[in-house]
Amino acid sequence: MALNPEFVGRTYPPSPPYVVGREKVREFANAIGDRNPAFHDVAAAQALGYSDVIAPPTFPFVLASQAMATAMFDPDLGLDYSRVVHGEQRFTYTRPVVAGDTLVTVATIDGIRSAAGNDLITVRADISTVDGDHVVTTYSTIVSRGTAEGS
Amino acid sequence: MAAVVNYADVEVGTELPSQSFSIQRINLVMYAGASGDFNVIHWNERIATAVGLPNVIAHGMLTMAEAARVVTDWLGDPGALVDYGVRMTRPVVVPDDDQGAIVEVSALVAEKLDNSLVRIDLTASSGGQTVLGRAQAVVRLP
Repeated sequence: MALNPEFVGRTYPPSPPYVVGREKVREFANAIGDRNPAFHDVAAAQALGYSDVIAPPTFPFVLASQAMATAMFDPDLGLDYSRVVHGEQRFTYTRPVVAGDTLVTVATIDGIRSAAGNDLITVRADISTVDGDHVVTTYSTIVSRGTAEGS
Repeated sequence: MAAVVNYADVEVGTELPSQSFSIQRINLVMYAGASGDFNVIHWNERIATAVGLPNVIAHGMLTMAEAARVVTDWLGDPGALVDYGVRMTRPVVVPDDDQGAIVEVSALVAEKLDNSLVRIDLTASSGGQTVLGRAQAVVRLP
C-alpha cells in the first residue's frame, strides 16, 4: 500500500520534555564504543566549555525516533513497519546536547515519495530546550521496501 | 585525544586518521538497549533470515555513530561538529562469531568553507563493500 500523501507537512504536538541524564549519555557512548572524554568525564567536558558531559553526535536520534513513532504508527499513514529500513539520516547542530538539558522535540513530515518500488518518507525533528533555544534538527528518511503502487 | 586542528593548517585532501571498528552481537544488544531501538532484525537471526536478510544486521545508526568517531577523534572538541549526514546504502551483516563484522572508515577534507567551516567526506566499508553513501560532516575549526 502506498503511503498517504496527505501527511506531507503534518506537524505533531511537541514531545514531553526529555531530561538528558549524565549516566544515559555515558551508557550511549559505551554502547557505541566511544571513549572520548567529552562524553564521559565532566572535568574534560568543562575544559571544553560545557557545563557537563556532552552527548555523541548521533544521540539526538534517540529523541527523534521517539517523536517520529507517533507518525510512523499512525494507521492512516499506511506504513508497514515490518518492511521499514532506515535510508538516510542527517543532523544539523546549533550546539551539542549536554547532560542536564531538558529538550522538547517537534516532528514534521517533510516529504513522501516513491522510488524504485519503495515508498520513502522524510521526517524532520526539531529539538530545542524547553525555553525554545534550538539545539539540533534531525532529518530521517525511512524506506518502506516494495510498497509503492504498481510495484 | 588528538591535538587541536586549526582551520589554517588543513587543506583540501588532508586525510584524517582512519579507523576500523569491530561490531559483534554484544554491540548490537548494547546499542538496542541504549538507543531504545529493539527492531528484531538487529538481534534475532531467525526473523532476520525470514525477512530475507543474510543474517542479523547492525543498526544503521550504530554504523553512523562509529563513523562519526573518525571525525570527533580528530577534532579537539566533538561539539565542533555542526552537520553530519549519511545514506545507509548497504546493511552491515553481523555473524554470530567472535570477530563480528569489521567496518573500516576513512575521511578527508573535501572543501574549505567560509567562517572556519570545513566539509569532510567519509567512506565506510565492510567486507570490501561500501555501507554508507554520501557521508559528509561539516566541522568548525579554530
